[in-house]
Amino acid sequence: MPKVVTDVTCPFCGTLCDDLEITVSDDNKKILSVKNACAIGAEKFNHTKEPGRVTHPRMRQPDGTFKEISYDEAIDFTARMLVKSRKTLMYGWASTSCQAMSIGHEIAEKVGGIVDNCATVCHGSSLIAIQDVGIPSCTLGEIKNRADRVIFWGCNPAHAHPRHMSRYSIFPRGFFTVKGHKGRKIYCVDCRHTDTARVADTFIQVQQGYDYELLNAFRTAARGGPLPDEIGGVPKEKVYEVVEELKTGRFGVIFFGMGLTHTLGRNHNIDIAISFTRDMNEFTKFNIIAMRGHWNVTGSGQVLSWQYGFPYAVDLSRLDKARYQTGETTSVDLLTRNEVEACFYIATDPGAHFPIAAMISSSKKPTVTIDPHINCTTEISDVHIPVAMVGVETGGCAYRMDNVPIETRKVVDPPEGLLTDEEVLTRILNRVNQLMEEA
Amino acid sequence: MNTVTLTVKQQPEIILEADCITPDSFAGKTAAEIEKLPVYQGKQNCTLGDYFKVAGKAGSTPAETQIIVNGDCSRVKYIGMKMSAGEVVVNSSTDMYTGGWMKGGKLVVNGNVHSFCGLGMEGGEFIINGNAGNFLGASYRGDWRGMQGGLIRVKGNVGSDIGTFMNGGEMIIEGNADIHIATHAEGGRIVIKGNVNRRIGGQMVKGEVIVFGTVNVMMPGFHYNQDVELTVDGVTAMFQEYNGDLGERHPKRKGEPVYGKLYLKK
Ligand code: SF4
Repeated sequence: MPKVVTDVTCPFCGTLCDDLEITVSDDNKKILSVKNACAIGAEKFNHTKEPGRVTHPRMRQPDGTFKEISYDEAIDFTARMLVKSRKTLMYGWASTSCQAMSIGHEIAEKVGGIVDNCATVCHGSSLIAIQDVGIPSCTLGEIKNRADRVIFWGCNPAHAHPRHMSRYSIFPRGFFTVKGHKGRKIYCVDCRHTDTARVADTFIQVQQGYDYELLNAFRTAARGGPLPDEIGGVPKEKVYEVVEELKTGRFGVIFFGMGLTHTLGRNHNIDIAISFTRDMNEFTKFNIIAMRGHWNVTGSGQVLSWQYGFPYAVDLSRLDKARYQTGETTSVDLLTRNEVEACFYIATDPGAHFPIAAMISSSKKPTVTIDPHINCTTEISDVHIPVAMVGVETGGCAYRMDNVPIETRKVVDPPEGLLTDEEVLTRILNRVNQLMEEA
Repeated sequence: MNTVTLTVKQQPEIILEADCITPDSFAGKTAAEIEKLPVYQGKQNCTLGDYFKVAGKAGSTPAETQIIVNGDCSRVKYIGMKMSAGEVVVNSSTDMYTGGWMKGGKLVVNGNVHSFCGLGMEGGEFIINGNAGNFLGASYRGDWRGMQGGLIRVKGNVGSDIGTFMNGGEMIIEGNADIHIATHAEGGRIVIKGNVNRRIGGQMVKGEVIVFGTVNVMMPGFHYNQDVELTVDGVTAMFQEYNGDLGERHPKRKGEPVYGKLYLKK
């Protein structure tokens, strides 16, 4: 008899939906159907059925082909590489559990690694802004139950976080929002008319690269100051009108994404958006939330901040202290400036996301990648260690985009013999300890 | 004043962290002692003598010590960091954090400097006879204290984010600047003889920015006030004075708000 597993957490995007229902074959080996997830979330579970899964570690040979090796050999290679390298980039972590991260950080402390996560090419700029000016924020549950002014600035949840709008931000009826979307005013600020703009009541089309100026105009308008006739293609009358509407709301929120974090000015765009949010709290309750991408990238920031005080790009290479500087200890800068001697990637695919120059530099260094699947990064690695999929084949803690921890669940067994991230990392740590004692 | 001459004898394989190259750590030491000062390549502890030939003898105090560095230092970080007196002359380009948190004395770089130089500088004179990267005279991440005192003079161009959270001191840029000048500034003065790309004085509370060249895009929060005559770095000219950032909080003096000032040469 197939079993139905309820309240499953989706390990795909930062929305971390926790209402999935998954039907599994009675031997616990196969996923038969996925209910409640969006298309991309369902695909993550259905991926387990794809043929060609790698089930043994692989080592690259001089002729470029890969040869299967044992876990012991792969772990020994990794531990030796980490102990020898004077400065190692340990990047990824966004698609694994917080438990695995903390073991990884212990390794980094021992070997003087630099721990960086996907925020480095995503919401890192938001984290810099938060350090500079703080953040007035709330949970997605509060948005669902209270928000009546919702702004999507430089983000497109219709595609990137498909169930965000129906679960939290636009459509649901909540305790104080009984009319659902009819009781909310939705704004979308973007340089393109996105699918999210289609469901907004007001769409403000800002010229690309003028978000900082437009937010500056919003702040000036909130204080009743004078404005030039047009700001980044937006007439000043529109700015005054929207600011007045926002002031009359009971509970407002700004959701922002890559349109702010990775356009001209980066952290400054978030910084001024946070400052605007703070200003609006003079008139009503206002919040701001980053639309985090990878399902547990927030968790990596949480664990790192808790352990070292910095949310990403934590440089432990001096062994006795943690340092951090975006532009210096961030992965892309370390690689393009050739500041590391080895690379250790886990639970993400820099090969698909980093600039080419960074990956060319990476490909010339000893590299180990831990990932359930073959991806762009595994193909330029010396060793690829396959593992079980966290959130599907093994559980663990994750943090939602609003910094709420949610436990993910194991729904099926991993292919036989496959270890989990936690197991592989623990064995690497033990081997590192052994090698260091021997030395 | 006694002079210590450092000459690069071996390039670092990765990058060298040499925060000991300051009159403060050299003072009172012989060449042999200076050679033993610690430098780092990642987790490897090395000594200054592994990478530099050391000649001469330091003065008994930092103020009596001059350091001359020869050879390619473009992969050496932290030169002159936290120096409080004396003089350092680098006849090369340098890497990050050159002159970071400098408190006094004089630091001259006869080349370019990378990013994060003069970070949180408190005093002294920092002369860059080349270009500077980003975050010159800015604050360390998350710190609210950028450059607080002293003088930075750059012969060439600078990158972006200069003088972020600056609250004192003076920066004179003889070339051009990119984006984000004096963001969040609460004091101090930045003079740019060349052109600026965009975003001068965003979220600025107090302080002055003076631009001789052109500005591609003005911040909407800056409002024209009046024309004024100013003498800046020996040049007297007419400037348009703007108040800003009107979107930011401003303190009051004698009941009147105090604004950040932007002066554009007419
Ligand atoms: S919105 Fe995100 S978390 Fe929710 S089901 Fe889709 S991919 Fe999964």
